[in-house]
Amino acid sequence: MSTDYMVDVRGVHKSFGDLTVLDGVDLQVRQGEVTVLLGPSGSGKSTLLRLINHLERADRGFISVGGELMGYRRSGNRLHELKEREILKQRTKIGFVFQNFNLFGHLTVLENVVEAPVSAQRRPRAEAEAEARELLDRVGLADKADQYPRRLSGGQQQRVAIVRALALEPDVLLFDEPTSALDPELVGEVLAVIRDLARTGTTMVVVTHELGFAREVADTVVFLDEGRVVEQGPPADVLDNPRHARTRAFVDKVL
Amino acid sequence: MTSDLRTRPASAAAPEETLRIVPARHPLTWIAAAVVAVLVAMAGHALITNKAFDWPTFTRFVFQKSILEAVALTLELTLFGVVAGFLLGTVLALMRISRNPLLRAVSWTYTWIFRSVPLILQLLFWYNLAILYNEVSFGIPFGPSFVSVGTMSLIPPFLAAGLGLALHQGAYAAEIVRAGFLSVDAGQREAAAALGIPAGRQFRRIVLPQAMRTIVPTAANEIIGLLKATSQVYVMALPELFYQVQVIYTRSGRVIPLLLVATAWYLALTTVLSVAQFSVERHFGRGTQRTLPPTPLQRLRAAWRRA
Repeated sequence: MSTDYMVDVRGVHKSFGDLTVLDGVDLQVRQGEVTVLLGPSGSGKSTLLRLINHLERADRGFISVGGELMGYRRSGNRLHELKEREILKQRTKIGFVFQNFNLFGHLTVLENVVEAPVSAQRRPRAEAEAEARELLDRVGLADKADQYPRRLSGGQQQRVAIVRALALEPDVLLFDEPTSALDPELVGEVLAVIRDLARTGTTMVVVTHELGFAREVADTVVFLDEGRVVEQGPPADVLDNPRHARTRAFVDKVL
Repeated sequence: MTSDLRTRPASAAAPEETLRIVPARHPLTWIAAAVVAVLVAMAGHALITNKAFDWPTFTRFVFQKSILEAVALTLELTLFGVVAGFLLGTVLALMRISRNPLLRAVSWTYTWIFRSVPLILQLLFWYNLAILYNEVSFGIPFGPSFVSVGTMSLIPPFLAAGLGLALHQGAYAAEIVRAGFLSVDAGQREAAAALGIPAGRQFRRIVLPQAMRTIVPTAANEIIGLLKATSQVYVMALPELFYQVQVIYTRSGRVIPLLLVATAWYLALTTVLSVAQFSVERHFGRGTQRTLPPTPLQRLRAAWRRA
């Protein structure tokens, strides 16, 4: 298995009952690259993202992140399923940002951010808190550290969620439609944060419907339809000169 | 039509600062309130003037040592039943949502049996456990035993009563705790898993505190229910509150005032529990409301300031 890639997805299949969601997907992401996953709803984008950090288990195929096989340990010709505890450990190297933020409502912003560094990485609380405040400051939320998430706007909540993912200093960040649950006027502030991360060389895989954002930030755009990769390449090719009729139809409809 | 509406107030031509708001009147509400006030006064009057209530006897017994000891025992039984019952209930709830079908089946069966059999019957079974098994031995299952203890000495009456209450309560608590888990959005668990938070910590720090919001109101109901259910322990001849007043009135023949003694104590204990419920709910409500509701004390102070 090649380890040149930060994220390496090989021949992944996934079905839920009779429904085939992913049907032999390959995806490679180099370190520091931004990959945008596009596709109509039901095309398997979110499932692919959830497979990468092993929130779902692939039926066939393998996924490695940072050269490490997700969910299995290889010895010789055998793959041993990892225990929950080991999978949780692997996940700390992958940041995941949800469409609905999923902030912990009973914890303050600061507690949300330091929870995983303290409990999963066993970092001293004081150190984690200092770092959390620094990160919050970076996204313009330094003054919200002691608020509860419900007192924040959707855009602010999503920025906290991004900070929470960053606090683990992950190798890769996965974004599952980070702006789909937001009011239109709040989309910009979240995209600005993601754009800033792209500029500083963070490896990211982003599921989004924001084509403008994809064009500006993505190194690679991957178009998925019916569980397969239809087309991939630089945004100038895929978005402006799509080779496939299905890609063209999608781009025309979304724009 | 709309333009008509908009122009009308202007044509009414009253300068805005002279407009006065007249609150709507509710004459029926006033009449109803008056009727209820009269009824309450009548009930109070009847309670005070009827000699049969025998208030002097009530006051003589309400703080008597044997009654106070009985109240203490009632409280101990309630505490034991609640703590052990909810610990058991949490384990049963976790079994019920586990992936293992055997654990799920055992949990379901337990709840089924212990919810089906009346508490008083269960208590009698525990009371008579020594007839069923007169020895309890510890050792290898189905193999040799290391220690044997007589059931009577292992399970004294208080423990038998406490266990009876707890095992019964556990079946109900299991469902309450399970409902609490189900009420927490799946995204919370998922986010915790995505962050790599250890499984035990996910449960204690993320799921349970949020489940408590659903659990507490129903649990408070159950705790108050259990407080009163301790009165059924009288069948085991344990001198809790209800048993004790019965002992006293069979001796003295003053039934009503002693029933009132028990009533007053149950009322007082329930009041304490209700106040506790309020503050516990307030604690677990953190983050769910924009501002926490005022405590009764804060409300009183606010009313005082307004007056």
